[in-house]
Amino acid sequence: MADTAKTTHPQPAGRPEKGAEFGYVGIDAILEQMRRKAMKQGFELNIMVVGQSGLGKSTLINTLFKSKVSRRSVMPSDEERIPKTIEIKSVSHDIEEKGVRMKLTVIDTPGFGDQINNENCWQPIMKFINEQYEQYLQEEINISRKKRIPDSRVHCCIYFIPPTGHCLRPIDIEFMRHLSKVVNIVPVIAKADTLTLEERDFFKQKIREDLRVNEIEVYPQKEFDEDSEDRMINDKIREMIPFAVVGSDQEYQVNGKRLLGRKTRWGTVEVENTAHCEFAYLRDLLIRTHMQNLKDITSSIHYEVYRVRRLNENNTHPSDQPNGHSNGVPTHEVLSHEM
Amino acid sequence: MEQQKNLEGYVGFANLPNQVYRKSVKRGFEFTLMVVGESGLGKSTLINSLFLTDLYSAEYPGPSHRIKKTVQVEQSKVLVKEGGVQLLLTIVDTPGFGDAVDNSNCWQPVIDHIDSKFEDYLNAESRVNRRQMPDNRVHCCLYFIAPSGHGLKPLDIEFMKRLHEKVNIIPLIAKADTMTPEECQQFKKQIMREIQEHKIKTYEFPETDDEEENKIVKKIKDRLPLAVVGSNTIIEVNGKRVRGRQYPWGVAEVENGEHCDFTILRNMLIRTHMQDLKDVTNNVHYENYRSRKLAAVTYNGADNNKNKGQLTKVDTVEGMSPLAQMEEERRDHVAKMKKMEMEMEQVFEMKVKEKLQKLKDSEAELQRRHEQMKKNLEAQHKELEEKRRQFEEEKNNWEVQQRLVEQQKLDASRTLEKNKKKKIF
Repeated sequence: MADTAKTTHPQPAGRPEKGAEFGYVGIDAILEQMRRKAMKQGFELNIMVVGQSGLGKSTLINTLFKSKVSRRSVMPSDEERIPKTIEIKSVSHDIEEKGVRMKLTVIDTPGFGDQINNENCWQPIMKFINEQYEQYLQEEINISRKKRIPDSRVHCCIYFIPPTGHCLRPIDIEFMRHLSKVVNIVPVIAKADTLTLEERDFFKQKIREDLRVNEIEVYPQKEFDEDSEDRMINDKIREMIPFAVVGSDQEYQVNGKRLLGRKTRWGTVEVENTAHCEFAYLRDLLIRTHMQNLKDITSSIHYEVYRVRRLNENNTHPSDQPNGHSNGVPTHEVLSHEM
Repeated sequence: MEQQKNLEGYVGFANLPNQVYRKSVKRGFEFTLMVVGESGLGKSTLINSLFLTDLYSAEYPGPSHRIKKTVQVEQSKVLVKEGGVQLLLTIVDTPGFGDAVDNSNCWQPVIDHIDSKFEDYLNAESRVNRRQMPDNRVHCCLYFIAPSGHGLKPLDIEFMKRLHEKVNIIPLIAKADTMTPEECQQFKKQIMREIQEHKIKTYEFPETDDEEENKIVKKIKDRLPLAVVGSNTIIEVNGKRVRGRQYPWGVAEVENGEHCDFTILRNMLIRTHMQDLKDVTNNVHYENYRSRKLAAVTYNGADNNKNKGQLTKVDTVEGMSPLAQMEEERRDHVAKMKKMEMEMEQVFEMKVKEKLQKLKDSEAELQRRHEQMKKNLEAQHKELEEKRRQFEEEKNNWEVQQRLVEQQKLDASRTLEKNKKKKIF
């Protein structure tokens, strides 16, 4: 797949490469070929949104992709009750822009963190993510496998932090600690129009400190920076996380322009105005600059970790007893939902 | 029934309220307010905004800046003076509520605290020397609901269901500047619906005889639950200094009635209904607690002694064993029920008889009218007949006359003819 982790600008065809003393060969035309192939094949992106109910997850997804792609838009709005257990709801859409097709899947998790007792509320989510890895693995180790394995692995998990303004709650820390090892987590501060700018800065500092103290690696992870250029760009991003976002799917007239925003009695919050909130940065990160990077890290790092673990455990047991006795190695059954 | 008598002159007891007023001012007032809600909902800020003092300041940081492992209940007292009136204000805070991963029974420390205050008051009341009776009972509980925009969370419902019988609960929507006005309306309606659905009894504003006050009370009731915004900072807006929150897109003013319901809350809590809150606490919640506690004490006291087999005197209400007492009560109750039933049956029969009588009466009345009408009709008929007969008679007469006239005419013409004929001859 296209390797856009490096942000090198494609050189205009015709300019001789360094070291090509014999004239222009045309190796750089491969970029054009890859582009055409990618356009034909289309892209897949799987985003998961996690957070308590009422934090604006569905609205934010709708705002990100400028269309009604979230669970709430698909289901009738009578189902507003908080579900008793965590459900995993997946909605797929095919969207197109300038000839580029994308299959976008939004995975929603209603019921997360809403109960009185939220012990182990991350387990159903872990299980789901590992199931997707398992599915992909099974396809991969098939003897006669498909030309293009459908990729349902979760590329990115957006975690919504409620805007308390103080610090991370125990449930946030627990969730992110468990899941940062299996998926790319992008934490965002939801409903950021609750916080003034000073409160926002203070809150972000506290969150970053909490993450550091608990050794939680969120996207972009430091250890996966490939070179200094990457590190520079990612450092800038790391200064800004978690992004303070505001979502809206309604348009209002501001200064003669029609903008997405929220209208209150004391002013209108503009979603795309970087002075108001950081939605634009989040969108750029997720879609315009780092989408491919997210997919790469998912497939080359998280998935590989899973794969190695699975194949190793298959090797220690005889292959017809995957859940049988271990060879003295103290394990509980390493099933997909217990990782 | 007491009758109102009109006085012939000025006696002077219209001055009683002034005496009460002077005495109360000398004594000073006490008020205990409890705030409950998840951390980060702006409870401390709201308290500071309500009483315009920095209860939680840099030297005494509020509970929000400390990390808690379990739910704690903390009390802070402050004495405020205004216009010669003294108020000893106690704020009970509950840091750690709803913050843990597992929040089962996080309401238990709160319930324990309220009960312990009731118990203190009960003991103080039952003492021999009752001169100093400080009232530390919780008069009002402000419950903060997170502004999710959807509805109440299971934790909110559980908490309110368990505490609505022990303390006056006033639910508030915290951080109301998160929501647009339409979202706020929707949210309020949803919350009220859910509160009614779960039969939660929040604090109700009493009806008064005054028309003006009733209008104000009605306005408050329409805007329940109140959506509030608190702020510690003062900002300049259009030359005025107001408490508010400064955003890049505008300033949300705390005391502006269009922005949030803070002024309504403050007026209601402090200016108009503080005494009523204390009264309801005293007359309803405290009495509930007291009767439950005393009934339990008699039962438990007797039971324990029975089990231990001691010969100590059992200090029950009427010297009877609790089982017999219960039997007696049950019998009383059953007898009362029977009596009520009989009474109701009697009343019912009486009513039935009345109704029957009424129906008979009206039937008779109708019959009478019917007869009357028939008679009228017949009379008219007769009259008509009479008239017709007369008319016929007249007609006949006239015809006879006419014929006579004709005859005469004929005769006259005949004689004329005869004469004519004669003449010709």
